[in-house]
Order: sequence, then C-alpha cells, then structure tokens
Amino acid sequence: MKVIIIDYGAGNIKSIQFAFKRLGVDAILSNDIDEITTADKLIFPGVGAANAAMKMLEESGLDKIIPTLKQPVLGICLGMQLMCLSSEEGNTKGMGIFKVAVKRFSNERKVPQMGWNTIASLKSDLFLGVKENEFMYLVHSFYAEKCTECIATTTYGIAYAAALQKNNFYGVQFHPEKSGTAGAKILQNFLKL
Amino acid sequence: MLTKRIIPCLDIKNGRTVKGVNFVNLIDAGDPVVLAKQYAALGADELVFLDISATLEGRKTMLEMVLKVAEQVNIPFTVGGGISSAADVTALLNSGADKVSINSSAIKRPELINELSDKFGSQCVVVAIDAKQIDGQWKVHLAGGTVPTALNLFDWAKEVEKRGAGEILFTSMNNDGTKAGFANEALAKLSASLNIPIIASGGAGNVQHFIDSFLIGKSDAALAASVFHFGEIEIMDLKTQLSENKIPVRI
Repeated sequence: MKVIIIDYGAGNIKSIQFAFKRLGVDAILSNDIDEITTADKLIFPGVGAANAAMKMLEESGLDKIIPTLKQPVLGICLGMQLMCLSSEEGNTKGMGIFKVAVKRFSNERKVPQMGWNTIASLKSDLFLGVKENEFMYLVHSFYAEKCTECIATTTYGIAYAAALQKNNFYGVQFHPEKSGTAGAKILQNFLKL
Repeated sequence: MLTKRIIPCLDIKNGRTVKGVNFVNLIDAGDPVVLAKQYAALGADELVFLDISATLEGRKTMLEMVLKVAEQVNIPFTVGGGISSAADVTALLNSGADKVSINSSAIKRPELINELSDKFGSQCVVVAIDAKQIDGQWKVHLAGGTVPTALNLFDWAKEVEKRGAGEILFTSMNNDGTKAGFANEALAKLSASLNIPIIASGGAGNVQHFIDSFLIGKSDAALAASVFHFGEIEIMDLKTQLSENKIPVRI
C-alpha cells in the first residue's frame, strides 16, 4: 500500500510519519503530483497559520489537485481546516471540500485549546473500535462548526466538529499521531478504508 | 471537557537522563527513550525534556535523542534548553519535537518569541519563566534561575503572551525542590491575567499539591520531576485522586 504524506512545507510531518511506522507502514513524504494522484491513501497535514499554509498550497498547485482526488484523504489539524470553505484566521479561503466555515474560539476560554479532550457522537468507520468520549490530543485556536458533514464532536465552550467526512475526504481536528493507542487505532482504521 | 495535564520533566545531559531517576523494572533508567515510553504507558499527558548539556556535542546528541523519542512515543513532548534561534527550532521540530521551550534567550531578545510564533505557530512556542519572590516582588531570573533580572513576573508574562507565546511554563524558585507545594497565589494571578495555558512547576511533593495547583492555582497543567522519577507519586493514582476531587483528567 502506498501511503503519501502531502509535503507542502507546512507542519510537523515527522510525528505523522513515525506514527505510521509504528503501525508498520512506510508513509512517504511527497509534493509530486504524479505520486500524490497514484497513492492509495493520502495524509494532508498542517500546523501553523492558515493563510501562509494556503499560500504554499496554491504555489504548488496542490489546492486544485487535492479536491479532485478519488482515494481516501485524511486532513489533520490545519490540514482539515484548509479543506473547509474558509477560515477566520487571516481571512483565508479554503479548498471548500467541507461546506463549513472555520472560526476562532471566543476569549471566554484560554486560546489555544491545548491538551486532551474527548470526542463524541462518533459516526464513521474511521472510529471503529474507538469508544465514545475517547481522549484525543488537540492544539488549536480555530474550529470548524458543527454541520452535516460532522462525524465527531468535541466541546470547548461550544460543541464543534472534531472530525468531518465527505465521500473519500476525512478531516480530524485532533492529532491522532499524538493521541496514544486510541489515536493509532484511528490511523489504522484510515488505512483500511 | 478539556482535561488538566500531568507532565513529567526529564533533565538530559549528553543524551542521558540525569538527577537520579529510580524507576523499578527498568533496565536502563538513564535512557530517556525508555523512560519516555514508560511514562506514556503510565498515563502522562505530555513530556518535557530539558537539555542541560553545555557543549555543542551535547546538543547534537540531544537531536538524536529527540528523533528516537519521536519514533517511539505516541504522546506530545516539548524540548527546552539552549534554544536561541529559529534554526535551533527547525532542527528540533524536524526531529519530531512537538513544542519548544525558550527561557533566557527570550529575555535577552524578546523578538525571538515573535519570530518563532510567526514561523512555526504559537502552538509550539512555550516560554519558560523562572521567578523568585523577593520582598513581595516576583522577579524573573536568568540562566536556570541563578541571575536576577529587573523584570517583574506578571509584566513579563503579559509581554510574552502578546508576542505570541502559546503557553507559559512558570517555575517558582521559592518552591522548586522544597516539595512543599506549588506557588498557587502567583499561579492564580497569572491564570487570571493571561489567556494562554499556564503550566505550574516547582514544589510538587504530594497529591494534595497537584490538587491545589489546579483548584487554587488555576493552572492548566502541572509539571514535576523527582516525585515521578522516584515513584513517590504514581501518575495513574494521582489522576484518580484528581478525578475524585472533580478535576477533569484523562484516565
């Protein structure tokens, strides 16, 4: 199985690569469009600021390629947010795969949300064998609102989308690669989709 | 609900843990990778590695250690010690560190905080502050807490937040090593005046101290070293007791 981590210059890719290695899979980093379009599974990571990351995607032309992919794609953290319509972070226009807007947490709570929180209302094969209210590690200041594409929710002041799915596209706000054995289970499930 | 984090801290010199670690059933308690895996399995929420090597060679060894930890450990970890440039941070993040912690270098050149949070995102920039209460005034200290500065803890913390820090690791030097509890009053004041997470450090001696740091100190996470390394407090037992005190934890 060819697993590609889309490498467009944004994000801590090493941890994701190691997480797959612990599952016995060599995930390859690549920004090559041929490699990406012929992969079996794709990981779309992202850490940092939305506008800068989106700019890098546009420069590489990947913003046009990713929405046309047919194989399972998993966006992680900022990766998931860039698959949404827009982000309040730097007024960024996203790829619009998920028809939902990304907003900033209100300052009633500490921002960023940093640490372990639970995921609930799980409804996808991505969560097979993962129990309701399992803990996942999250670090983020912006969130996708609850919507019809929502397959898991988390509550931080308000309930928001911890994961999204549309056809072959999946997105998770948490970091499965840093979320212990339950996180590893989700990555394993993704490989089986 | 977002849970409070329990963070063991490991001091590393030339790629090895120092300051006696006395874990039972460990073949090599000096190996940070073995220890990190053990802590992750025992329920630690995050780990902090503090590089106290003073040499270039030691720093290189640290990068190799970070790579090995990232390969084998499935919880987040922060690396601190001797970080003074974006290049240092790039090397650490490329080796798999999730966050970096800066201290003296931020005091000497506060713009470093802006540079790092602009380049890597504030989520991976932890600013560590060592402070000591002298005549009622909390004064920030440099170089592992040995050199006093003119900076006031609360002013500096505010500035650090404004410049883009994602989190503050506050060590009270009055409490550090005493095992008499965290500096809860200062912690609570920090937590009330800032909108980023605060990690309490210095003074952990028993379970009640952790309870107090969360309930009175309003901290978001608590860090300790020796009580964990010497098995005086078991992480799961600590978390069970926190939970019994209505403090949300990951169990």
